[in-house]
Amino acid sequence: MSTTAGMANGELRIRGVEKTFVRAAKATQALSPTTFAVEPGEFVSLVGPSGCGKSTLLYIVAGLEDCSGGEVEVDGVSVCEPGADRGMVFQNYTLFPWLTVFENTRFPRRLRANAVDYDLPEHEILTRLERVGQLLELMGLADFRDAYPRELSGGMKQRVAIARALANEPAVLLMDEPFGALDAQTREEMQELLLLVRLHWKTTILFVTHDVDEAIFLSDRVIVMTPRPGRVRADLRIDLPAERTLEQKLAPEFLAYKREIVGMLHENRAKVGVRDALLARMFGARTAPGEHAS
Amino acid sequence: MAVARKLEYVVEATTGADALPPSSPRRPRVRWFALRRDIPAPAYTMLTVSSFVAAVLVWAWASHQQFVNPVFMPTPEKVWDAARGFLVEGDLWTDVKVSFVRVTLGVLLSVTLAIPVGVVIGSFQVGQGLLQPLTEFIRYIPVPALIPLMMVLFGIGEPPKIMLIFVGTYFQMVLMVADEVRRVPYNLLQVGYTLGATRFEVIRSIIWPAALPGIFDALRLCNGWAWTYLVVAELVAANEGLGYRILKFSRFLQTPKIFVYLILLGVLGLTLDMLFRAFNRRMFHWAGTERR
Repeated sequence: MSTTAGMANGELRIRGVEKTFVRAAKATQALSPTTFAVEPGEFVSLVGPSGCGKSTLLYIVAGLEDCSGGEVEVDGVSVCEPGADRGMVFQNYTLFPWLTVFENTRFPRRLRANAVDYDLPEHEILTRLERVGQLLELMGLADFRDAYPRELSGGMKQRVAIARALANEPAVLLMDEPFGALDAQTREEMQELLLLVRLHWKTTILFVTHDVDEAIFLSDRVIVMTPRPGRVRADLRIDLPAERTLEQKLAPEFLAYKREIVGMLHENRAKVGVRDALLARMFGARTAPGEHAS
Repeated sequence: MAVARKLEYVVEATTGADALPPSSPRRPRVRWFALRRDIPAPAYTMLTVSSFVAAVLVWAWASHQQFVNPVFMPTPEKVWDAARGFLVEGDLWTDVKVSFVRVTLGVLLSVTLAIPVGVVIGSFQVGQGLLQPLTEFIRYIPVPALIPLMMVLFGIGEPPKIMLIFVGTYFQMVLMVADEVRRVPYNLLQVGYTLGATRFEVIRSIIWPAALPGIFDALRLCNGWAWTYLVVAELVAANEGLGYRILKFSRFLQTPKIFVYLILLGVLGLTLDMLFRAFNRRMFHWAGTERR
């Protein structure tokens, strides 16, 4: 949106953020001290094995989870409570079921830009509502403005959730595996939609996913994390053209990135020897993979 | 133009050599005893109606056979005559009105208090720790056991009856409201925070509308219990009202009249329940259609 595009804001700094869960007097470290920065307008993905603390990190940045140490800064200001400057799109469906698509998208405005409370001129409110309408149209939801969430498919629900987060014009947009529950085809449609957001909104985006293709395809940088307790294993700059198409997922440069990241993710797999021994005990030596009993 | 061409194509495709011959649509098979599956709506209505008819028939047969002394078990005809008698004279409508007002006042009083307290218990663990165990404790005291106390505290007029209904429904209602509030998915609250809502705004604009259908359903259940406590209260000390009248009829062994009042209580309860349900469906259509 023009208002955010002009300003160079949305700089995110994560300094030594760590998380230790204490349950039944037993402490488990979920996230080792982690430090990295995201430049204004940059799209950064976090990938890593499940349980490595990437979602926890995102929740800490959003202020929805307390950190056990370290600091999160947005545009030089330390944040620990949730706020409208950090929008979030969740993995599961989080639309308000009693509101229509339009009302859901307008939800933050109803809270913040109330004409009575803020003395906003009427034309300003109209412009904002018009923008919400345009946003829904862009998301392909024009015909579903007045539909209730239960009438929508999973992909549509996530599109509304993205529209709702964008309508609030956050400095940083946090996305926690937003397409995790969608089928492969819808997933690719959503990725293309997100490319548009990346190109036109200039909002800083921190994106958590377990899909390596998705991470490379969308990002300026991909941060690979180690298994629990997670820390930054590698910070890769993705040098693909800014205008991207699904075709590029098959390009050699793309596949080179993929090979590198997948290789890192497989480093810490459990030793196969143990598994093979177990299989041999269960089924006899003949079914052990890679070997043929003679 | 383009549309016309498309249509031609479709016609061609369906009349082609390998097109299937038109077959009559197969009648859907009704699975009468499939677990939690729908049966045709007319069949459902038929079943409901026939259950009532069967109940009346069994009653008529049993009363005519005189298994029980006819003084205690009147025939449907006698009850019908008694009902018609009430149209000519009797205090039936006064009784209904008086009882209805008592129930409504009692329930309204408990709702106005139970909703805010329940929202506090459900939203804040401080509120829960402070109030929930205490409420559970009082809830387990049988309401009729409180009648003597009520009469000592509030005399013998309207207040003790309304207070009994209040006590009987309030402590249940509070816990049900708190449960509904806790049932609101935590993710919805988190979305609210990331959209810049304060805690108060989250309660007002997210927790409240999300929990409202459930709260309304709790109100429907409480209204049902309120009628039970009403009759209990009126049996003890009253000059009018449905419960009082039933006790009076029993003293004079006027069982047909008792039956009229019992049936009336059932009809009143069922009607109110159906009104609540219809209102719920209209107001909260977004919550999806629940099964009957």
